[in-house]
Parts: sequence; structure tokens; C-alpha cells
Amino acid sequence: MWRSLFRQSKDPGFQALDDISLSVAHGEFFALLGPNGAGKTSLISILAGLSRASSGRASVCGFDVVDDYQQARRSLGVVPQELVYDPFFTVRESLRIQSGYFGFRHNDDWIDEILANLGLSDKADTNMRALSGGMKRRVLVAQALVHRPPVIVLDEPTAGVDVDLRRSLWEFISRLNKEGHTILLTTHYLEEAEALCSRIAMLKRGRIVALDNTQALLARMGGGNLEAAFVQIMNSDTSDFLEQHA
Amino acid sequence: MNTPILKARTGAGSGFPTLLGKELLRFWKVSFQTIAAPVITALLYLVIFAHVLQDRIQVYGTVPYTAFLIPGLMMMSMLQNAFANPSSSMIQSRVTGNLVFMLLPPMTHREIFSAYVLAGIIRGMAVGCCVWLVSLYFITLPVSQPLWILIFAVLSCGIMAILGLIAGLTSEKYDQLAAFQNFLIMPATFLSGVFYSVHSLPPFWQYITHWNPLFYTIDGFRFGFFGIADVSPWQSLAVVAGVFLLLTVFALRLLASGYKLRT
Repeated sequence: MWRSLFRQSKDPGFQALDDISLSVAHGEFFALLGPNGAGKTSLISILAGLSRASSGRASVCGFDVVDDYQQARRSLGVVPQELVYDPFFTVRESLRIQSGYFGFRHNDDWIDEILANLGLSDKADTNMRALSGGMKRRVLVAQALVHRPPVIVLDEPTAGVDVDLRRSLWEFISRLNKEGHTILLTTHYLEEAEALCSRIAMLKRGRIVALDNTQALLARMGGGNLEAAFVQIMNSDTSDFLEQHA
Repeated sequence: MNTPILKARTGAGSGFPTLLGKELLRFWKVSFQTIAAPVITALLYLVIFAHVLQDRIQVYGTVPYTAFLIPGLMMMSMLQNAFANPSSSMIQSRVTGNLVFMLLPPMTHREIFSAYVLAGIIRGMAVGCCVWLVSLYFITLPVSQPLWILIFAVLSCGIMAILGLIAGLTSEKYDQLAAFQNFLIMPATFLSGVFYSVHSLPPFWQYITHWNPLFYTIDGFRFGFFGIADVSPWQSLAVVAGVFLLLTVFALRLLASGYKLRT
């Protein structure tokens, strides 16, 4: 999905990403883990065209995010981390608008299906302001799916949402993954990543410090759960891992 | 892996009509604030100034002051609202964070520019038409050159909509936008001949006024009603069209660069 990517902020003293090189295969359920400030959202922002890498290249489904940005963005659906919404519109209007931005103006059948799968059907005509935080989060997921992107990026989609939504969300996302959608997930709920993702990358201070199949990674770290492996990797010297995997 | 390889959905059109529709819907949903309020403000100006000055001033020799004032008030309302539409939309989206919904889709900078500017023009024209309709209660304006009225209305609203877009793009906080509005837009509109003919000013202020592009928008607009103006309508058209083109180029480059939109 992206190769040799360097993400540098305008502040010359701070480099958000450093020599990231990895690719995610079609149909994978891939986790991108790391502590706050590790560079996960910076990486996603580059893929989504919200930020520009100071060097290196990134592509989505083979489309360069800069040179072929229109195809790259059509291929990508992003659920942003922040709980953002447009207070002027209802849920259905928000979804129709988002769909129209992608050039699909008569998309109500798919919008109805998304609403049903995310438990939003009875809120379709409710103004966004009147929704609870969890409901707003569902709408964010729905907005990322309106154009049926082959790649779905979920940036901490279950932060602050109830158990019911988590379960229905993961059922829906797993179904999309089985249908062939590639899923890139960032989360601090490591049990979710362990249960859902076939491969995991861990970022620390802008560098990849672990990248492996979930089971292989757990086995290598002593056979415990992902949380134990995460803590162990984050507390170890980054250069040890990089040397081992050079 | 046995899952099918999915590709992006085909048959997508442009995002422009939806963005335009959203910008129109946005101001229509609060039309009491975006249309009715500026019409009432213009009406108050009209009542007060016309009442005080109607019998004391005649402009262009024969035009009663109330008649002279109405096109100026129409244009002032149009300019301010054409500016307000894109600037308020952009700053609200930025502050609330929902600007990301417009940045994630594959819209080009030209589509974004056209939608915001056209919505601003439509809001400006809607307000202008309402002011005109309300003014019929006071006086029926002559319409000498309807095409000139239309051209100046569209280009003038276009100029202000582009300025509004630029202000919205460059402002990160409401007070920055307010400064743009209070220290640039408001003085430029009030000092552009809305309430007076430029010939009634001392030579120094006449000279200053001729450097204000908004003076030409109002003067050319008035020419469409009365067939007479302070300067040649062709000169006004040249200035207004030139400013429109310059601002278009600048705003398009700003959008294309992703200035304060994409880091």
C-alpha cells in the first residue's frame, strides 16, 4: 500500500514518520498499532491525501496518492478519529452529500443498507446534533462506506462507543472484509486487533518496530496475548528489532 | 487469499453538483438569518436615509435620492452576503472539523472553487432580488439596461464570493475572519458610493474611491437602472471583470496548493 514513506512536519525539528516501508495485500484485515503520537494518524493522513509526505511514495490499490489522487481517493474510505459532523444536516442528508462528493448522486439503496447494518435506520431523519456520541461514530463509519471503497481505513473507530455498537460494527466490517474489502485498523483496544486482524504492524516514534502475522508475532513474543506482546515490544530497544529484521 | 479483488466503483460523476447543492441547502435551511435579516437591514437603511435626505438631494440632476439609494443598497447587501456564504461555511467546517468530508473525496480544486463561488453568487442574487422587491413599496425603479444589471450583479457577487472563499481558506479562527470582514470588506462596501455619488466628495476622496474596486460594482450596477453613472460603464466593467479574473486565479492557486487545507 505504501513504500519508503517519509513524513516530515513543517517544523524541521520534528519528523512524524521515518522510513516506513510496507504494503498491505488486497483483502487483508491489517492492524496498525502504536502508542499515542507514534505516527498512525500521520500515515493514514498521507494515504487519504490530507497530508503530504516530504519524501517517498504511497499508493492505494496501485494508484499513487499524489499523481493519481482521484483514483486513490475513490479506492479509500476513511473513518476519522475525531468525532466530526455537519450540524446543518440529518443523517441521511449527510450520507447523500458524502456519496455525492464521490460522484454517486442516486445511491439510496446502498445508503439504506449501510444505515440498517449500523443500526441507524430509525435515526435517518434525525439532525446530526441530536445524536449521541456513539451514534455520531456510526455515521462516521457510514460516511466512509457510501462509495463502496475497496480499502477501508478505521482510525480508532470504537473509541468511546458502547458494547452493542462495537459488536455490530465488527460484524459489519468483518462481512465487508470477507466480501473482499481491505481493512486497515488503528486501535488502542488490542483484543480487537488480536481477534480481527491477520497481520499487525507496530509503530513507535514514527518507525515500524514489529511487522508480522498475528499468530507468528504472538508466538515470537512468548505466546501471550497481544497486549503483553505490545508492552514488551514498546519497552524494548527499537534498534534491536530493526537490526533483527534488517 | 480467496477473497475477490475489489476495485473502486465505476460510473462516478463530478462532486461539484453535490457540493453546490450542499452550500445552497446550508444557507436555505437558515434563510431567516441569511436572506430575511439582510433584507430587513437594507430596509432600515432605506427608511432612515430616504426619510432624511429624500427632499434635500437629487443625484445625476434628476434622479430622486430614494431611487439612487436603492441600487446601492441592493448591491451592498449582495456584496456582503456573497462574501458571507463561502467564508462562514469554510470557517464553520474548519472549526467543527467537518472540512475533512470535503477533502477526502476526489474533488478537484476547480470543482470546490466553482461550487463555493456559485453558491455565494446565488445567495447574493437572492438577497438582492428580495431587497428590490421590498423597495417596490417605496418607489419603482426604472430599468434602463437590464443586461448591465445582470452582468454587474453576477460579477460583483462573484468577486465577493471569491474573497469570502479566500478569507475562509486563510482564517483559522472566527476572529481572524471577523477582522477580514470588519477592516476590509465593511469599509470597502460603505466607502464605495452606496449612499452618495462620488462627485459629491472632495477631490482627494474621489481619487481614493477610484482605487476601490467595489465602487465600480455599484456604479456599473446603477448604470443598468438609470442609464447614467459616475464613470463609464465600460470602465467599470473592465475593472470588475479584471478583479474577478485576478481573484479567480489567486483562489484557484490557493486551493490547488492545499493552503491550510492539507498539511
